[in-house]
Amino acid sequence: MKRHALTVYALLVVGYLMLPIAVVILFSFNKPAGRFNYVWEEFTLDNWVHWNSILGIQDAIITSLEVGLLATLVATVLGTLIAIAIVRHQFVGRGTTNVLVFLPMSTPEIVLGASLLTLFLNTTAIFQLGFGTIFIAHVMFIVSFIVVTVKARLIGFDRHLEEAALDLGANEVTTFRKITLPLIAPAMLAAALLGFALSIDDFVITYFNAGATQTFPVFVWGIARVSVPPQVNVVASAIFLVAIALALGNVFWQYRSAKKTQGAT
Amino acid sequence: MGSFFHRHKGVTPYLLLAPGILWLAIFFLIPLAFLGYQSLQSGLFPDFQFTWEFSNFSNAIRDYHEQFARSFVYAGIATIACLVLAYPLVYWIAFRAGPWRNLFLLFIVAPFFVTYLVRTLAWLNILADEGPVVGVLRDLHVLGPDGRLLATTFAVVSGITYNFFPFMALPIYVSLEQIDPRLLEAAKDLYASSTQAFLRVTLPLSAPGIVAGTLLTFIPAAGDFINAALLGTPSQAMIGNVIQAKFLESLDYPSAASLSFLLMGSILVALLIYARIVGSERLTG
Repeated sequence: MKRHALTVYALLVVGYLMLPIAVVILFSFNKPAGRFNYVWEEFTLDNWVHWNSILGIQDAIITSLEVGLLATLVATVLGTLIAIAIVRHQFVGRGTTNVLVFLPMSTPEIVLGASLLTLFLNTTAIFQLGFGTIFIAHVMFIVSFIVVTVKARLIGFDRHLEEAALDLGANEVTTFRKITLPLIAPAMLAAALLGFALSIDDFVITYFNAGATQTFPVFVWGIARVSVPPQVNVVASAIFLVAIALALGNVFWQYRSAKKTQGAT
Repeated sequence: MGSFFHRHKGVTPYLLLAPGILWLAIFFLIPLAFLGYQSLQSGLFPDFQFTWEFSNFSNAIRDYHEQFARSFVYAGIATIACLVLAYPLVYWIAFRAGPWRNLFLLFIVAPFFVTYLVRTLAWLNILADEGPVVGVLRDLHVLGPDGRLLATTFAVVSGITYNFFPFMALPIYVSLEQIDPRLLEAAKDLYASSTQAFLRVTLPLSAPGIVAGTLLTFIPAAGDFINAALLGTPSQAMIGNVIQAKFLESLDYPSAASLSFLLMGSILVALLIYARIVGSERLTG
């Protein structure tokens, strides 16, 4: 009986977590009567067919994707290098480095956004708010998450493989390319996916540093004060479905490579 | 290049660190210094002068202590609600879900895949005055005939709870998953009831996850302004709403900067109090 109670509770919480997602997807097919898409009226596919009929929505998504890809790429490289240094090397200032990496994750987003904005406002000769400052901000807050994700993987794997390569005459760069990189590639991919998800979802930091440029969340904020068209739900649903597909793919890939290494040993 | 690394072994870690750490130094640390500099300025936009204006801080507390208190109360309630919702779920996933574990973990992170603002707006649909939830609650006389859920404290706190739920659930799951099942078998062998085994073995071993989850939920929740803005009214305004409005609408940078610093400082104080209660080794460990 107690066992069943726990199962029921767990499934209820899952239901609670899924409810707003279901609502977002459902209302992407709604044909609202007035300006507001709050009450279910009737089913339509128009919103999906004419998803970009709202002024500015398409540009906002393109900006989001561009920032996401670029910032993720840069942050993944920077973060992986930091992770390798922390896990693989003894050096003066390691503790400080750890703290510096940890701090942005434990600072409220609004403080990160606001402080970066004061930097940009006081250095207008160098920085003008726009795509560039959004990119800078995203790399800044993603890097720490990349470091943590890749670090966890680096700690987990067998150092002897690298030592063996060095003993066999490979130099550090070759060892890195042939041994380390392939081993941490899955972690880098997972970290990059996380980074991209964080970037494309970020509102607070972006909003402070975007100037007149709009990412998708900034666009939603602007339009939410007037009325939210169902096209917003269409885009959010599409992002959700792509993300779920990638996450499932990642789970499946890890499962398969785990099976492969099991077979090899 | 390889021989360069060999000859300068001590330099390698610094070369690896340099680009990322410089980025964090320039775009995280230096901005905090600028925020401090701005917080002590006086004047009106766009002519601010640095005048060691410490009264910005006392004025901020005098004018906005209510929003500060509200932020911490809301964040505290939401954190507890997250814990109550998350613990049984991740316990069930860790010990009962078997091969479905990864699928259920995906359910936990799935809300993150819906843009933050859009998933908050979804609660507008769910809690709408004409919506089914309010209708049922009115029929049951839980709410009066004109009772609403939107634009209430309840709406704001439940929005925060929903949005930061995964931050609570994932660390607790990680700590539960690491528990050696043999420990629980040993407890059973020694005639512990399942309640005793839970209270004496599972719960203490998952404490690091609870501590981490609490911090990860509370910190962003205290600084949030989106839930109060979208689901509440000005009488639910949190400190984030004030900072946001002052920075981006009334362009009162000095007082916005001092409020940001106070937010950071008060979170730090809350962390220290929390560390005293749970023990500092658990916090850093």
